[in-house]
Amino acid sequence: MNRLMRRKIINGVMLTLTGIFTALTVSSLFVILGYLIFNGGKSLDWNFFTKLPLAPGEEGGGMANAIVGSAEIVGMAALIGIPVGFLAGVYLAEYDDKAFAAVVRYVADLLNGVPSIVIGIVAWTLVVVPLKQFSAVAGAIALSIMLIPIVTRQTEQFLREVPTPLREAALALGAHKWKVIATVVVPAGSKGVITGMILGVARISGETAPLLFTAFNNQFWNGGLGQPTASLPVQIYLRATSPYDDWHRQAWAAGLVLIGLVLVANIATRLVLARGTSVPRG
Amino acid sequence: MATAVQVRRQSRWFDQAGDNIARLITVMFAAAIVLAAVLIVHVLWTDSAPARHALGWRFLFSSDWDPVTEKFGGLPFIFGTVLTSILALAISVPLGLGSAIFLSELAPPRISNALTFLIELLAAIPSVIYGLLAIFTLVPLMRTTVEPFLKSTLGFLPVFQGLAYGVGVLTAGVILAVMTFPFIISVSRESLLAVPREQREAALALGATKWEMTWDVVVPYARLGILGSIFLGLARALGETMAVTMVIGNSAAIHASLFAPGHTIAAVIANEFTEATGDVYRSVLIELGLVLFCLTIILNGLARLMILATTGKGAKR
Repeated sequence: MNRLMRRKIINGVMLTLTGIFTALTVSSLFVILGYLIFNGGKSLDWNFFTKLPLAPGEEGGGMANAIVGSAEIVGMAALIGIPVGFLAGVYLAEYDDKAFAAVVRYVADLLNGVPSIVIGIVAWTLVVVPLKQFSAVAGAIALSIMLIPIVTRQTEQFLREVPTPLREAALALGAHKWKVIATVVVPAGSKGVITGMILGVARISGETAPLLFTAFNNQFWNGGLGQPTASLPVQIYLRATSPYDDWHRQAWAAGLVLIGLVLVANIATRLVLARGTSVPRG
Repeated sequence: MATAVQVRRQSRWFDQAGDNIARLITVMFAAAIVLAAVLIVHVLWTDSAPARHALGWRFLFSSDWDPVTEKFGGLPFIFGTVLTSILALAISVPLGLGSAIFLSELAPPRISNALTFLIELLAAIPSVIYGLLAIFTLVPLMRTTVEPFLKSTLGFLPVFQGLAYGVGVLTAGVILAVMTFPFIISVSRESLLAVPREQREAALALGATKWEMTWDVVVPYARLGILGSIFLGLARALGETMAVTMVIGNSAAIHASLFAPGHTIAAVIANEFTEATGDVYRSVLIELGLVLFCLTIILNGLARLMILATTGKGAKR
């Protein structure tokens, strides 16, 4: 009886402990959001969206250039990464040649796990060194290398969920395979594929490390896409590590804007698909 | 009449050629992914050549780092990278595995899914935001509360001695723990959910308590997937740059104390790459990047294989 009691107590203690751990992990999200909303909300004002940064020590100013810069860099990265990732995903889902497709799939997963700072080095060598200048384009190429595997795997996953009878029906009507893919499979899976792309873009929009020595930074408007360009994540990094209070305030504001974008994308995806996909699955 | 036939013939040709063209296009883009991976390896290898020739691989075992006098020892960075990652896992593995057990075994499915979504949101938060929060909330907390507390209770251990700066290896480990447990929870939970119902019922029928069933039957059954999730978390912790750079103190020295500032591979690249003067200096940083790349690739590769083996859904997911 004594032994049974002990087993029951261990059972109760351990199960309660797992509950406490879950409460801890889940509450960390709310702590993070709470701090960001509190500090960011205090600091966010209209100037943040419309003004250029001021010299350190001066109060006020904003990050208009970094907001536009981020949009330029992420926009270009999406223009490169989405088509490449999408078509590669179509290949994996629809033309599954066993060996090569398996290699591509595995390499895409590994590419997804390459540290972002390493991607920065590669983009620096391939773009910054030949052009002899930091540029928005270099940053976009770095981010697109990160975006491609995400879009590929998402596209593949959602196209695979399109029921096979749909394909067979179209083929039975005499349609060629490419027409089946273009007019039946892709439209049927488009909801998932598009949300997958949005998630991917949301993820790269918060990346900092690949931009440090590709897009670099700029206190002013960039003079074109071939020039060093400010971006929100890099600005957060530089301002948070600076010694000026007013810059800290701006870092919080930028953090709130960035997290707002990321969370809206993720939650919208969840509502559309009724499942979360922020964590890459094996 | 003739034109109609011509048009039809043309369109049929187009349809047939279209199949080959479409296939060719998609294959090319799929190949582009492999090409990108090859390119990364190639760039890292060729760009690190000056360092490899000048210093050999020996430099990985030297702790002397002084770029001004061209002394390059990579050991402090490798040490810092491994130490912060181990600290992170020491916190996040029990926390993550515990939560995964709760979410798969105890919580009703609806609640479990909702909570898992919230936890996965943590994985979507950009690392620079973790850094920002850590600088202004975690660092002061560590300096004023956690580190003095550890010093007064466990201060006889050399790892909990020295000045409490707030910035340092321990703080970096804590922030990395928060960044890794979403991965551990999400993937472990899926592995646990994939354990067949019969396994649970058999254990319960033998008189096991719920905890005994979970710990002695369900967890061992899902062990490969759980190990895979830990490797995935470890790979993320090793390669994490921004959050670590912002709180670790960036000092290229090896200290016994966890309170002391340190450095990691990713952090030193982020900090010094743009300022690196001279080919050897920059190339040393790239060689460190190569080391980091190899570490994470090996861990990721193993993790994927393990997860594949347990969840049984195949890499096609």
